[in-house]
Amino acid sequence: MSGMEHSSGASLKIIGGQLLDGHGSETANRALLIRNGRIVDSGEEAVNASADQTFNAEGCVITPGFVDLCCNLREPGNGQKGNIASETNAAARGGFTTVCASPETSPVNDSRAVTHLIRDGAATSSPIRVLPVGAVTRGLEGEMLSDMEGLAAAGCVAVGNGSRGVRNARILRRCMAYAQTFGLTVMFRPENQSLAADGYAHDGLVTARLGLLGIPEVAETASVMEMLLLAEETGVRLHLSQLSCGRSVEMIADARSRGIAVTADVAMHQLAFTEDALAGFDSRFHLRPPLRSEADRKALVAGVREGVIDAIVSQHLPHDSAAKQAPLPATEPGLSSVESVLSLGLILVQRGELKLTELVRGLTAGPASVIGRTAMISKDEVADLCVFDPGACWTADRLSLVSAGHHAPVLGQPLPGVVRLTLVEGQEVWAGA
Amino acid sequence: MTSNAASPNHLQLTRDGQLRHFLTLDGLGRDLLTDILDTADSFIEVGERTIKKVPLLRGRTVVNLFFESSTRTRSTFELAAKRLSADVLNLDISTSATSKGESLSDTLLNLEAMASDMFVVRHAQSGAPHFIAESVTPGVAIINAGDGRHAHPTQAMLDMLTIRQHKGAFEGLKVAIVGDILHSRVARSQIRALNELGAEQIRVIAPGTLLPNDVESLGCTVEYDMTRGMKDLDVVIMLRLQKERMEGALLPSEREFYRLYGLSQEKLALAHPECIVMHPGPINRGVEIESAVADGPQSVILNQVTNGIAIRMAVMSMAMGGQVAERQQKLTEQTERGLV
Repeated sequence: MSGMEHSSGASLKIIGGQLLDGHGSETANRALLIRNGRIVDSGEEAVNASADQTFNAEGCVITPGFVDLCCNLREPGNGQKGNIASETNAAARGGFTTVCASPETSPVNDSRAVTHLIRDGAATSSPIRVLPVGAVTRGLEGEMLSDMEGLAAAGCVAVGNGSRGVRNARILRRCMAYAQTFGLTVMFRPENQSLAADGYAHDGLVTARLGLLGIPEVAETASVMEMLLLAEETGVRLHLSQLSCGRSVEMIADARSRGIAVTADVAMHQLAFTEDALAGFDSRFHLRPPLRSEADRKALVAGVREGVIDAIVSQHLPHDSAAKQAPLPATEPGLSSVESVLSLGLILVQRGELKLTELVRGLTAGPASVIGRTAMISKDEVADLCVFDPGACWTADRLSLVSAGHHAPVLGQPLPGVVRLTLVEGQEVWAGA
Repeated sequence: MTSNAASPNHLQLTRDGQLRHFLTLDGLGRDLLTDILDTADSFIEVGERTIKKVPLLRGRTVVNLFFESSTRTRSTFELAAKRLSADVLNLDISTSATSKGESLSDTLLNLEAMASDMFVVRHAQSGAPHFIAESVTPGVAIINAGDGRHAHPTQAMLDMLTIRQHKGAFEGLKVAIVGDILHSRVARSQIRALNELGAEQIRVIAPGTLLPNDVESLGCTVEYDMTRGMKDLDVVIMLRLQKERMEGALLPSEREFYRLYGLSQEKLALAHPECIVMHPGPINRGVEIESAVADGPQSVILNQVTNGIAIRMAVMSMAMGGQVAERQQKLTEQTERGLV
């Protein structure tokens, strides 16, 4: 599907470095042999084998390619903010080999035609695997069901309602019951819209001081509870996406212990930043859901550590500069984040908040399992790999960013972690110095 | 992890700690606030002369950029600028460019092209003056004349001047702010100023629907019962209640609000006998304040208006001074490096 008409005869040998497979195992790499887009061997045979090319990964970490469950590619319909080519190349730079494309395009991905359009666009211009997520309701309006079975048949890996939620609980219940009929996973960002209202920042210390319109935590937690109860009743496989509250993690852990089929993700920026990022009215940190308190941030990190939160997502949402050049309330929410995810994660590792294995799990095996895929480094597996140097630094700025959106979370300061090589089916899709 | 955005102080102070913009009271220390009050005191005398002018801003152009309509604030800023001998341009943008779809950034580019020295900005969105200060050319001073629910620093400072005139000092004072704290930029700036200047007690008196979450974090205590909250007060500040607050189910009725949180003579009698009554205006008689109180001997509401001119003169002259000093400093540095 994605632009992976790669010539397949070539072979590549990666020597040196540490192998982390996303399931917790960590071994020194002697040699990893890739041929015909697959991992042929990582043992003795690889050490002695000859290959067309050799990549020296000394000092680097070799992991399965990262999988992003929440990424906005902006195509079709938002060319001024980004397109499949620009954003998938940015993702490749970030170490991602698979991204789930949000249904919030224009037109909305609520029909097979749009799904095909995205897949065709990806086939010609994406170096990485693009897996569309279909809209669960027509036009994301939250009123009528979409042709979910048709969307799945066309290649959607899940159905969701983008950032817009479903206002009406009766319709939400029917969405879940219908999706369950076909064994589809529903992905929802939990937000009670009447409680969130016109807010654009965490209802807390910073909003009290700056007079910003707050979104209370209960806007998320009330919705999480409602969705968990509906999932329990309908039996649908529920994925809660882009969490922002510590209480949500508790509720999900509790639901799991009762046997409810629920998975969850969190955006990397929620693990790295808090409401304080808005203290200078920095419109880059106008996000939805908003960055919350330090206690929330810590609980979300703990959720990743303990595996209650399966996946870390980029929630990449590129904008043109005009969308961010206005007084904070008038700007559009979202960060251009896909290139910075690994670096922010490595800062958490440096601070001792996350183990490297936990970070890698959240970027690989965790998200892959949500969409029924695997992310492993073993014989005969597809060679989707990321090789990064955790000791090297890079600086995000207007010139260095690949994404069309230049509003990255950290600008002009050195960030740890440089992706040296991203491979999709054994083919190099990003090579960084 | 913190973002790499400019802190308010980085933005509004020069390297030597002089004012160059006036965006918020956050981060301004007691010395600077006292300096503003003292400077304003010196300008009060100017208003009492026959010729009410000083030449501090002669040759400078001040643009009043009001994206939200206002009578009192705009006219006092205009008078203040004129008494400092500046040329003043009043732009009522709420009815012009932006309503034709021009973005704020584009409006600003056009105004900059007119070589202005100072923008006095009122805007419905919190943080708008901040955004303008970050995006206009260096050398243009930005004065916040009220932004969204965020800040109204000149109003708070004129209130502080009024309090100081009547009470002499801030130490030991018990002050209450009553009414719609949630939507009030004035209250946020007042709480900040009172804390910095050393007031003993700051109470906010309002129903739960009109208080921001975590309001105590601003440095005040919450009192729901006004009759209790009035006890021993030295200063009571009433806030204007917008009539549209009934619509979003924040309040049941004006009648109930007035009964519980309106300042009547009976409630005022619960305070210290020398308690002064303040209001940023425009007042809603019979909604948040009884006429007899607004016009009574304890009311200093009209003093506030007079003080508004002096405070605005102080802030404008100080910010312009900071801009000039900064420019000279840069020039000196460039000369030293042989660039000029």
